[in-house]
Amino acid sequence: MILARVVGNVVATRKDPRLEGKKLLLIKPVSPEGKEDANYVIAVDSVGAGARELVIAVSGSSARMAEGCKDNPVDTAIIGIVDSVSLDETRKKG
Amino acid sequence: MFLAKVVGRVWATIKDPKLEGQRMLIIQPVTPELQPTGKQLIVLDSVGAGAGELVYCCKGKESSFPFLPVEVTTDTSIVGIIDELHVRRPPKEPAC
Amino acid sequence: MLIARVIGEVVATQHHASHDGQKVLLVQPLHLDGTDRGDAVVAMDAVDAGIGDKVLLVTEGFSAMTSVGRPNSPIDMAVIGVIDRVDML
Repeated sequence: MILARVVGNVVATRKDPRLEGKKLLLIKPVSPEGKEDANYVIAVDSVGAGARELVIAVSGSSARMAEGCKDNPVDTAIIGIVDSVSLDETRKKG
Repeated sequence: MFLAKVVGRVWATIKDPKLEGQRMLIIQPVTPELQPTGKQLIVLDSVGAGAGELVYCCKGKESSFPFLPVEVTTDTSIVGIIDELHVRRPPKEPAC
Repeated sequence: MLIARVIGEVVATQHHASHDGQKVLLVQPLHLDGTDRGDAVVAMDAVDAGIGDKVLLVTEGFSAMTSVGRPNSPIDMAVIGVIDRVDML
């Protein structure tokens, strides 16, 4: 599972019928310190995440275990909205 | 899946029993413009590809499916021999 | 899933039986600024996409296989949507 930030959303009319009604969000992986990665992935939202929220995403075949994603063509799913992250003080930089 | 060119072949007498009778080829992944890219790999052949042919390969667990019901120990397989490649790269524009 | 651009089509007469009658596309994954993200890949087409289309590329086997209706076949990527719009929030 990865920490990620919701940075956008994707609209596709013509798509696999099993994706109908699913929210496709653009997420960027972030470090525990909150630094955004340069890469992005498109994830299916199963928890109602919103703009700029910090979320937990799961990828690979486990993504299909998310609520409402069973047997759907999903390789990354958002499965949680992060309230807070606490880090070991010694890991904090500067 | 990805494009590649067959560049060699590997023989091994001692190997996993499930690899018995399988052709092991060496491939060089290539770009659509047929330029080499990335490292050469050893792959299994499921379509009878030969030296110098342009092929496409499947990666991961799915690459063992051509050999079902035997679950062959492989991570990449050749699944098609390419006859024609039509490439037209559009001019660059932002993704969003 | 990734954003990608269809840049070509692949014609292969000799292929795995499960690929019969399938359209095989050459797609280039993209960064958000539109630059190429790695090398172009080969993916099955599940939505009748054409050259130049901006598409949704799924990179997981089960999703790819079932979207083209060929379970247990050697397919690890598929185009499962045509992207109309990407909004940055």
